[in-house]
Amino acid sequence: MWKILKYSFADLVRSRWSYVYLAFYLILGFSLLFLNNDLSKTVITLMNIVVVLTPMIGTIFGIMYFYSAREFTELLLAQPIKRRNIFLGQYLGIALSLSLSLVLGLGIPFLIYGIAQSSEIWDFGFLLLVGTFLTFIFTALSVNISLRNENKVKGFGYAILLWLVLAVIYDGIFLISLVLFDDYPLDRFTLAATMFNPIDLSRILVLLKLDISALLGYTGALFQNFFQGSGVFISLGMLVLWTVVPVKLLLRKAIRKDF
Amino acid sequence: MIRIENLHKGFGKLKVLDGVDFEIGSQGVVAVLGPNGSGKTTILKTILGMVIPQEGQVYVKGDPVLGEYTYRDQIAYLPQIARFPDNLSVRELIAMIKNIRGSSRDESELVDRFGLRPSLNKKLSSLSGGTKQKVNIVLTFMFDCPLLILDEPTAGLDPVSLISLKELIVEEREKGKTLLITTHIMNLVEELADQIIFLLEGKIYFQGTVKELEEKTGQPDLEHAIAQIFKNDVEDTKI
Repeated sequence: MWKILKYSFADLVRSRWSYVYLAFYLILGFSLLFLNNDLSKTVITLMNIVVVLTPMIGTIFGIMYFYSAREFTELLLAQPIKRRNIFLGQYLGIALSLSLSLVLGLGIPFLIYGIAQSSEIWDFGFLLLVGTFLTFIFTALSVNISLRNENKVKGFGYAILLWLVLAVIYDGIFLISLVLFDDYPLDRFTLAATMFNPIDLSRILVLLKLDISALLGYTGALFQNFFQGSGVFISLGMLVLWTVVPVKLLLRKAIRKDF
Repeated sequence: MIRIENLHKGFGKLKVLDGVDFEIGSQGVVAVLGPNGSGKTTILKTILGMVIPQEGQVYVKGDPVLGEYTYRDQIAYLPQIARFPDNLSVRELIAMIKNIRGSSRDESELVDRFGLRPSLNKKLSSLSGGTKQKVNIVLTFMFDCPLLILDEPTAGLDPVSLISLKELIVEEREKGKTLLITTHIMNLVEELADQIIFLLEGKIYFQGTVKELEEKTGQPDLEHAIAQIFKNDVEDTKI
């Protein structure tokens, strides 16, 4: 598995897109941190970009890589290696190279800001962790889609749809339901609904770290309560589950699939 | 070397292999022939474990191999379409496959034979289709495997490389190896094949030598013999 990981990682970190992605985060990080005085606002802006962009890039890279590497995967399948190691290696190769772009792209500005301006920034290292989780989660989901759909156009469509649903539509439905059922106690529902969407979960985790939950009103207080205690662990646990389950599913599919 | 027992494989409603049995004991070149969609590639891929059959078993050197993976170090495979990671160079790809197979064979003789030396440091994405196929051939013949599976090995090759490939196949045969080849080029079969396996509608229609096939169909050469089988098949379907 490590050999496959090494080579797919080497292949990806040399692709032009990895550099574009890295450069984007570098520019974003530096310009927002050094051109803005209010650290909280900067981090909120960064967060809004990270929780939407990392899933999208993970989805697109995951699906494109697996479709374009299809024939090469066949070549690997003919070698004396276990199937699950081939797929695990390739998946980790993509997810790690994307995460590296994110962590370096935002980490370097953070580091320089931390040394030059204010060490408060370290509280937001959390943002990088959450972004890495989202990359792993959405890469795994999109690889699942590519393994289950031979038709590339369909697969690509499903993947984009999945991203759209979790990043945008889910929130819409969620908000509408909150408005519609305003008269009922919704705290448990709100918490549960958040757990089932990794993007929402990540957003809430970062927001609560920012200590601006007062802005979120009653629900914010409720969340604050929950996340102050064991909530952080439960939420991180949910993110781990969101990663492990799709990976298990993709390996299961990969082992049974005809190539 | 290889024994296949009662192999059934369908993709959805399409039945591709419908109870295929055969055994290749002796060494030499075995050509797997048949019309498009007759299941040639599916059989090869089943032997390699890439396609998982609904029923049946494959034995390599007497051991059942479905679900296993270590036996594949006995097999070298040349796939029909050659595509590699775009951002690796030819040299890195060769090193990678060597690394995966845990072998330290010297590929320089093969690289020279196919004139690949100037391309060694080029990225794979910049190579033409024919050159990629040559890389593919080097990757296949680099290892000393007792069984070689070649799926349409001639695709995209120029005449000079085609001659090199034929020589290579003959050399491997003389070393006592078994080669399983699919192709649509009949004079390649006539030149090289010790044995033919002819597939028709997911079943083995014929297994034997070129001569036996010509005698069976009463035709002067292989091309006509094959055409005769196709014709009979069409007539059978009509009835």
